[in-house]
Amino acid sequence: MTCEAVIGLEIHAQLRTASKIFCGCSTAFGAPPNTHVCPVCLGFPGALPVLNRSAVDFGIRAALALGCRVNPTSIFARKNYFYPDLPKGYQISQYERPLAERGLIEANADYWGPERDIRITRVHLEEDAGKLLHEGFADSERRSYVDLNRAGTPLVEIVTEPDLRQAKEAASFFGYLRELLMAMDVNDGNMEEGSLRCDANVSIRQLSSESLGVKVEVKNLNSFRFLERALDYEIERQAEMLRRGEPILQETRLWDSDSDTTVSMRSKEHAHDYRYFPEPDLPPLVLDDARVKEIREAMPEAPAAKRRRLEKMYGLARLDVVNLTIEPGLDGYFEEMVRHQANPREAKNWVLGAVRAKINEARVGVAQMRSALSPAALASLLALVEKGAISGAMAKGVFETMFQSGRSADDIVRDEGLAQIDDDAQIAELIAGVLAENGDAVAQYHAGKAATFGFLVGQVMKATRGKANPKRVNDLLRKRLDADR
Amino acid sequence: MSVRFSTAEVDAIAALARLELTDAERKLFARQLGDILEYAVQVQRIDTSGVPPTASLVTSHAADRHDAVAPSLDRMAALANAPDAAPDAGLFRVPRVIG
Repeated sequence: MTCEAVIGLEIHAQLRTASKIFCGCSTAFGAPPNTHVCPVCLGFPGALPVLNRSAVDFGIRAALALGCRVNPTSIFARKNYFYPDLPKGYQISQYERPLAERGLIEANADYWGPERDIRITRVHLEEDAGKLLHEGFADSERRSYVDLNRAGTPLVEIVTEPDLRQAKEAASFFGYLRELLMAMDVNDGNMEEGSLRCDANVSIRQLSSESLGVKVEVKNLNSFRFLERALDYEIERQAEMLRRGEPILQETRLWDSDSDTTVSMRSKEHAHDYRYFPEPDLPPLVLDDARVKEIREAMPEAPAAKRRRLEKMYGLARLDVVNLTIEPGLDGYFEEMVRHQANPREAKNWVLGAVRAKINEARVGVAQMRSALSPAALASLLALVEKGAISGAMAKGVFETMFQSGRSADDIVRDEGLAQIDDDAQIAELIAGVLAENGDAVAQYHAGKAATFGFLVGQVMKATRGKANPKRVNDLLRKRLDADR
Repeated sequence: MSVRFSTAEVDAIAALARLELTDAERKLFARQLGDILEYAVQVQRIDTSGVPPTASLVTSHAADRHDAVAPSLDRMAALANAPDAAPDAGLFRVPRVIG
C-alpha cells in the first residue's frame, strides 16, 4: 500500500514589541522570574486589557508578507482552559474572525521550492502563556513552579493548510517563514529563547485518496532538525499502524529529542471544549484601508523577491544569490559596493570570498564587518585592481591590512610602496641594468639558448621587487633583446 | 416547548469549569440551563439575515495604546496574593501539573 503524509504547520512567532500585548510590562527575555508582571497579565480581578498598537502593526505586516487578506474587523476571543501557565483561566486569542486569512506561498516562489502552492489558512493575534518549571526543586515530585514574565507576550499564530507532504519540505517551509519574519523585522527568529515555535498536524492517507486521515498534532518541534526528525518518525509510526490495520488515534504527541520518538501527551481536546466566546473586555479590532496601506508601503523587501531582483539586476547565478542572502546583511554589503562603482561580478566574488571568510574567521557579524571595513572602502580597493595599480594577489594582502588597521586602500598601497610599476621607461631602465650585469646570459640567448630568457625575466622581476606586470616585462625584454641582435 | 438539558451535560460543563456539584444542584442547573437555551432558541427564530453580528457593544475603536514599557509590580507584591509561592526563587508554586 502506497501512502503519503499530509502535514500542516502551526507557527507561533513573538512580535518584536517592547511591551506586552495587553499591558505595559516589558517583553525582554531573561529577566528574573515574575519581575515583568502586573495586575493585567497576572489576571487579577477587575484588571482590563488595552491593546498594544504596535503588536497589531507587526501582525498586519506578517499577514501581508504571507499574502493574506487583512480582515477589516477582527474579534478577540477567550479560549478557556485551566492550566497554571495561564492565570486568567483563559487565553485572549482570535477565533471566528482572525486578523487575516487566505494567504499563499506560490509553488517555486523561491530556490528551495515548495513544488506546490502552500496556502496560509489564517494569521491571528494572541497572548503567550507563562513558563512552568517542573524540575530542579526539592519538591519537584509534588510541585510545579510558575514564572509569568512571558504571559501576555504578543504572538502571531500562523496556520497553514495541510499542503505539505514531506518532513523535509515542512522543515524547509519553516525555514522560509523564519527568514521571512526576520526580514520583515517582525520576529527575531530565536528558537532557543522560544521566540519562534512550531507545531505540526500530521496524517497519513492512501496516495489516491482525497480524504484526510486521522490527524495527530505533534508539539515541541523547536528546531529545524527536530521538526524534520519528529515528522519522519511520526509519518513512519502512522504508516506502520496503517499497515498493521490498527486505528490511528486523534491525539497530541510530544517530540522527545532524547529518545528520538514522539510520545502521547493527551487525547485531542475538541475545539468546543475551549468554549470560545468574544472577549467582552476588548472592542472588535477595526482596521481601515489607510492603516493597512501604510504598513504595506513601509514593508522591507521579502527575501524571495530580493533574490529574484538580485539575479536579474546584476546577472548573478542563483547559487551566488542564495549565498549572498542566506546570511542577513551580506546582500546589502554587496549592493553597497556596487553603488560605489564596483563591478557586480568582482564584488560578488569578494563578498562570498574574502569578506565571508573574514566574518567567519574573526567571528564577527556583518554589521561589525562593515564598521571595520566598509563596502565603499572595499569598492575602492577593487578599483585599484581594475585599473592595474595592484595585482589581484596583492589586493588580498591589502584587504587584510585594511581590516586590521581601518586605513584606506589608497593609503596602504602608497605608504607601503605596493603600486605596480606601470611606467615602461622605469621598467626599461631596470632591464638595462639587468642586461648589463648578465652579459653571459645575454650572449647565450643570442646564441639560441631560449631557456635563458626565462632566467632574465626572473632577474628583472626581482629588480622590480615583484611589482611589475610579468607580461609587460616579458614584452619589453623580448623587444630589447631582439633589438640588440 | 422547553429545551432538555441532561444532568450528563451539566456534569461535562462542570468538569470543564472544575466545579463539584451536588445532586440537587445538578437538577437545578439542568433546568436553569435548559431555560437559558430555550431563550436562545426564541432569539434564534428572529430573521437576522443582512444584520452584521455584534461582537461588542463598544462603538469607540480608538482603544489601543502605544508600545511603551510601564513599571511592573514589585515581585513580592505580585507573589503576595498567591495561595502558594517560593519567595526566595521569586516563583509561584502549584501542585505538580505534568503527568
